Amino acid sequence: MARLSEDNVRIALEIIGRYPRAKSATIPLLHLAQQQDGFVTNEAMAHIGELVGTTSAEVLGTATFYEMFKFEPVGKYLVNICGTMSCALLGAEALMHHAEHTLGIKAGSTTPDGLFTLEHAECQAACTEAPTLQVNYRYRFRVTNETFDQLIDDLRNGRLGDEIPAHGTVAKIRQRIPADRGVGAVAPEDVTEPPAWMPAPQAQGSTS
Amino acid sequence: MDAGTASAGEHVVTTSATTYSYTPGFYAGDRPRIVTSRFEYEDSHTIERFLATDGYVGLKAALAKPAPAVHEDVKAATVLGRGGAGFPAGTKWGLTPPGVFPRYLVVNGDESEPGTYKDRLLMERDPHQLIEGCLIACYAAGLSQCFLYIRGEMAVAQERVAQALNDAYAAGYIGKNILGTDFSLDIVLHWGAGAYVVGEETALIESLEGNRGMPRLKPPYFPAAIGLYGQPTIVNNVETLANLPWLMRHGVEAYTAIGTATSPGTRMMAVSGHVKRPGVFEVINGSTTFRDLIFGEEFAGGMRDGATLKAFVPGGGSAPWFVEDQLDLPLEGRAVGAAGSMVGSGAVMVMDDTTDIPAAALTLTAFYAHESCGKCAPCREGGTWLMRILERIVAGHGTSRDLDQLIQVGQTICPGNFPHASSERLGLTAVPFPYKMTTICFVGPSAYTPVHSALTLFRDEFEARLMKRTFIPVTAVSEPATADSTSLTAASMAGTVHS
Ligand SMILES: Cc1cc2nc3c(=O)[nH]c(=O)nc-3n(C[C@H](O)[C@H](O)[C@H](O)COP(=O)(O)O)c2cc1C
Ligand code: SF4
Ligand code: FES
Repeated sequence: MARLSEDNVRIALEIIGRYPRAKSATIPLLHLAQQQDGFVTNEAMAHIGELVGTTSAEVLGTATFYEMFKFEPVGKYLVNICGTMSCALLGAEALMHHAEHTLGIKAGSTTPDGLFTLEHAECQAACTEAPTLQVNYRYRFRVTNETFDQLIDDLRNGRLGDEIPAHGTVAKIRQRIPADRGVGAVAPEDVTEPPAWMPAPQAQGSTS
Repeated sequence: MDAGTASAGEHVVTTSATTYSYTPGFYAGDRPRIVTSRFEYEDSHTIERFLATDGYVGLKAALAKPAPAVHEDVKAATVLGRGGAGFPAGTKWGLTPPGVFPRYLVVNGDESEPGTYKDRLLMERDPHQLIEGCLIACYAAGLSQCFLYIRGEMAVAQERVAQALNDAYAAGYIGKNILGTDFSLDIVLHWGAGAYVVGEETALIESLEGNRGMPRLKPPYFPAAIGLYGQPTIVNNVETLANLPWLMRHGVEAYTAIGTATSPGTRMMAVSGHVKRPGVFEVINGSTTFRDLIFGEEFAGGMRDGATLKAFVPGGGSAPWFVEDQLDLPLEGRAVGAAGSMVGSGAVMVMDDTTDIPAAALTLTAFYAHESCGKCAPCREGGTWLMRILERIVAGHGTSRDLDQLIQVGQTICPGNFPHASSERLGLTAVPFPYKMTTICFVGPSAYTPVHSALTLFRDEFEARLMKRTFIPVTAVSEPATADSTSLTAASMAGTVHS
């Protein structure tokens, strides 16, 4: 629980290499840190600052803007119930009350066993399937009190391990650019020519 | 796919619309399908299925022409932006300053406008189509690197796109010398981390540079001039780019034969709320009306439980509301704009007569207030004020002054006449879109929009919610208290003062 592990540094360097400026990798690396520790630690932010060439304060500044980054431990399962209009029209508020009752906690807090954190969320781009929720950013649609309780039971008993990884991991598949196929990122100041497939500027005339 | 859809079922046929269990919410109909043609295959996200169904054929057609000719095609087809503003893609690409390189493409996959559900489907169900669209755009406009920014909360979309990118690199469709030509391009998958305002194109660029996702001051109005790393940058929506492969395969004429002259092709529409069959549909652009979408048997199928329509939001949470009077308007920017709203992001949210209008408006205002990035005072302060006042009214503690105050706060964000729909019932004529604004981006105005719409069209519901009380100065009590409600209130008021 600290700086990025050796394996993760390797992934981090691969990610940084894809951008013309290293700082662009800040958010992907924050995700990597959160995947490693379940939340973003100060040590990880300092390490990310070193890797992308900024200060840890700047990394913190960026990180705190984004809702997904947590700075203290949260439950293994982050349950986000959508409360925006389409879901609200179809019972999101009642679902939230039910969830608070089932989990025995208020929205915004974590169960004493550290398994669940419950949060109010905003439109999850699944409005036709209202009311919706996400557990560690994996969807459940048209949620009823019964399906909610079933979900919690399944999670408690580890029945969804394959589908829903612990908090911190978002996508389970990473992009990999093969060395022999990638073009490679170039700093903008090192490019002056139009790309190879574009006609030379004078021949281009007025395409605009 | 994600489990849990109540509507799930293998190829359940419901009237003329077909559903697929692995595409939650989507209904295929007897209509042209430009971007959803592969949704019927369970494995539509795989490169095998893609290649077996005309995949990368549009790219080959594009590469067979000089880049400027492809750009001309996109201009001639008037491919309108599907991210909200409806700006023609071909025209936007032409706004890059000539001779300035490198130029970048940033794909806006941050879909988070309330009510909007289409880009996520396109990324999860047909990621290669999006990749092919990115390749065509970069080829045509001379863009030398592409960043595909996907909303942080969309785990499955990120996985599908990552897998598709890996497969496409391996198969030679992305990277160096694509298909043996001198066209070379990297497409980099980038994730967000939860912030609505990052969908605004300059905020998207800030976020991609590793900063807080705050919109940039305008001008420049388009990042096409100064964008990522200060270089010319095209920002396009996922659905916009997903149109390009079909356009290249079938040609401009086939594309413009669908829809209307000003709004050609199709567009994805999500209809949610109190309808019988909430769903996502690919509909003919320009001519399909809101009545079709809400009441049409092949679309949402009418109001649930025989209820009546009270109001609907026609173009995502930022759009001023419509009522029954506007049902026959087509999905066409100019017509909808003149009627006081916008087509926006392809999202219709429907409210029936059981809806508590002030509470419904609050869900949207709270969203925008919460998502304010804090850069402009009218949005940062005004949004929160609007939310607090609305909360008070919804809780039954509002006073008549609160209604005026809502308008006053709104005026600091959007001075002057604010757009709204016409209403025969109220004898109102429409005020056309757009509004004036004192803020950098549309988040501030969007916090006010639901308040203004609700208050203009349903003022009676707000008034009915106000606290019924008469203020009686403590020193003026001259008569013995009676048991009517006024004195009860006064007595309890006095009680509060002393406690
Ligand atoms: C506050 C705000 C949020 C936005 N969110 C999105 C979004 O999530 N996805 C999107 O494509 N466009 C969004 N837009 C519009 C973009 O700024 C931009 O116009 C669009 O991505 C351009 O692509 P297009 O021309 O292909 O539509 C948003 C705009 C604003 C002001
Ligand atoms: S309008 Fe709101 S969200 Fe947009 S830049 Fe200003 S403060 Fe930020
Ligand atoms: S409003 Fe809940 S998913 Fe959109």
